[in-house]
Amino acid sequence: MHCSSTLKAAILIQQWFRRYMARLEIRRRYTWSIFQSIEYAGEQDQLQLSLPDLISHVLDPNNDFMNEEAKLAKYEKIEVPDSYAGPRLSFPLTVVHTNALLSGFKQQQTLHPRYVLQLLHETKKFLKHMPNIIHLSTTYTRQITVCGDLHGKLDDLLLIFYKNGLPSDENPYLFNGDFVDRGKKSMEIIIILFAFLLVYPNNMHLNRGNHEDYIMNLRYGFTKEVMQKYKTHGREILQLLQDVFSFLPIATIIDNKVLIVHGGISDFTDLDVLASIERHKYVDCNIQGNRTIDLLLSFLQIVDLLWSDPKNQNGCIPNSFRGGGCYFGPDVTLRLLKKYNLQLLIRSHECKQDGYELCHDGKVITIFSASNYYEEGSNRGAYIKLGPDLVPRFFQYQVTKVSCFCFLHSVTAAEGSALKSLREKLYAHKTDLIAAFKDCDKNNTGRISTSDWASAVESVLHLDLPWRTLRSRLVKLGPDGNVDYLSCFEDLQIERSIKEVRARDICIHLGIHNYHMLTCSSFVGLISIEEFRQTWKLFSSHLHIPIDDEAIDDLARSIDYNKDGSIDFNEFLEAFRVVHKLDSKEN
Amino acid sequence: MAEEREIAEAMISEIHKKITDAFDVFDHEYNKTVDVREIGTIIRSLGCCPSEGELHDILAEIEDEEPTGYINFDRFLPTMTKVLMERRYRPIPEDVLLQAFEVLDQEKKGYLMPEQLTKFMSEEGEPFTQEEMEEMLSAAVDPDKNVILYKDYVTMMAVEAP
Repeated sequence: MHCSSTLKAAILIQQWFRRYMARLEIRRRYTWSIFQSIEYAGEQDQLQLSLPDLISHVLDPNNDFMNEEAKLAKYEKIEVPDSYAGPRLSFPLTVVHTNALLSGFKQQQTLHPRYVLQLLHETKKFLKHMPNIIHLSTTYTRQITVCGDLHGKLDDLLLIFYKNGLPSDENPYLFNGDFVDRGKKSMEIIIILFAFLLVYPNNMHLNRGNHEDYIMNLRYGFTKEVMQKYKTHGREILQLLQDVFSFLPIATIIDNKVLIVHGGISDFTDLDVLASIERHKYVDCNIQGNRTIDLLLSFLQIVDLLWSDPKNQNGCIPNSFRGGGCYFGPDVTLRLLKKYNLQLLIRSHECKQDGYELCHDGKVITIFSASNYYEEGSNRGAYIKLGPDLVPRFFQYQVTKVSCFCFLHSVTAAEGSALKSLREKLYAHKTDLIAAFKDCDKNNTGRISTSDWASAVESVLHLDLPWRTLRSRLVKLGPDGNVDYLSCFEDLQIERSIKEVRARDICIHLGIHNYHMLTCSSFVGLISIEEFRQTWKLFSSHLHIPIDDEAIDDLARSIDYNKDGSIDFNEFLEAFRVVHKLDSKEN
Repeated sequence: MAEEREIAEAMISEIHKKITDAFDVFDHEYNKTVDVREIGTIIRSLGCCPSEGELHDILAEIEDEEPTGYINFDRFLPTMTKVLMERRYRPIPEDVLLQAFEVLDQEKKGYLMPEQLTKFMSEEGEPFTQEEMEEMLSAAVDPDKNVILYKDYVTMMAVEAP
């Protein structure tokens, strides 16, 4: 059996396979870079945005003149119907309630708004008495579990509880911020976390993250989630949440040796100043306006704590990627740890492939607990267990919906999603890009070299991505090897003009001339199930076809191909195309 | 003559930029060094298909006398440029790959049993790690028949590659 031809064949296959895996690995890496650059560029926009008056009016605290007791009385008057099958809370909370919440959420139930308001009220009352920096000790407990960003991914929280046990006096937990936004179950997560906070006040701890901030929530999905789940009481819940978030502690220190904050530090970080400021005055990241210098400086201390990222080279520079906080080098870490006699900094804020990462010679740990954050299969989640020896032990996991999970499929899925986002970004900057391309193409041939193309794209988008490597996925090459620079807008252009044409066709056919709603939605790209219902009702009334609500719901659910609760504009059009076809067949 | 040299220079310049791009993806510290364990991936991503033995030879050329675990860009660039200019370690064409599978399929059944492939890949040549073996099996094994239809597998893999 061991003849030389078998040997040669085996080596050949192995050689080929390793090359194939390497190419997958490269694709995975640049997919990662794409997700990260777009994510941070988006956050940066948000930080630099100043608040439009419209939105501030909605959540203006001055609107509400009731005092705390009056508010509580108001919540208690909210009726909970007998038909409500979800968890019921009574205060003070006990482990019975946390169990009810967990099992209720596993069955996709929603907590009644009355209980939400009462829970938030009690949480705010409790948090008001917390200091800015919580001091913990491992003397009385064996181990404390530290978790990072969850971002609304309830499955990850449930997986952590499954692997590591529920929070209790014997099993203390610290959650290091960013409980909300992006994922669809942010509300459920904070309900669970706050409930445990009230049941085990000495052994459940929460640090504030940069997403515990209603300006971030407006953009990254939490506000939308609340308004969708709580149509009547949504605004009130959001207002109360604003207060609760502002009272969350901003740092935790374990055994006077381990500092835990959501983002990081800067060379200005002063723990004494941070301990003394009125943290709740820092409501959100929009800190412009009339403030004293002192107040501004203390706000900046908090921003540094919640937004900074470590970097590998020495020094401390403004975090241009995020638009707030700093990049802090190993020297900054060393100086701070030495100044306060600490030995370790644990932080979160950045997604890591393996759920955690060490840097600064092991003195900084990043812990991230939302697996599959960018896309199915993109990364694992992890948590840390810390005992009296203060040696961190890492535990990883990944929520998987598919049973066979090979590298190829996970890379392909993630890559498709990343490239789609990137193409959309290119399209959004079309005018500037074409101007930059034409600058290199004096003879108007429609082609430029790969080098010129790469520099032009980077000069407009500022995403610092490996454009040469990505080139083949974004643009066509001419026969001479040069880039056909208009081809990167081609597919998108066609897509959009088809959308435009179809929308008009449908509307004209149905006799509706104002397709405002459709074009609005196409700008955003998504229609909520509610908007779909309203649109359909409009159409059906023009068609003189009575359609009952249930039928509309069924239709909505069947159109929602990816089952995420909203209908992609493409899905919407597909549905209409099918209906239109059937219509004309019958006629 | 001058024109030919210009073309050659332009080609070398393009090759340099390609190598830099690939290198930068793994240069996490932004200091023009990469972990030596990632060199294989970088070289393969540039279109080359060396065996493990050939990879060792390349590393011997570019590593420092006292290996630090890191590879400097200044040493990587000239070696890699030569490799690309000389078109060494070219990728294996689909038909050659298919022939290799056929050699392993001694009974000429048209398919391989997972145990057979595992034995060959883990014991012969430059053996796979367990991770590599699992990865290959997860994509190659037909879930219904529990065999590796290697012709289909090779065709599928050829399509996936951009």
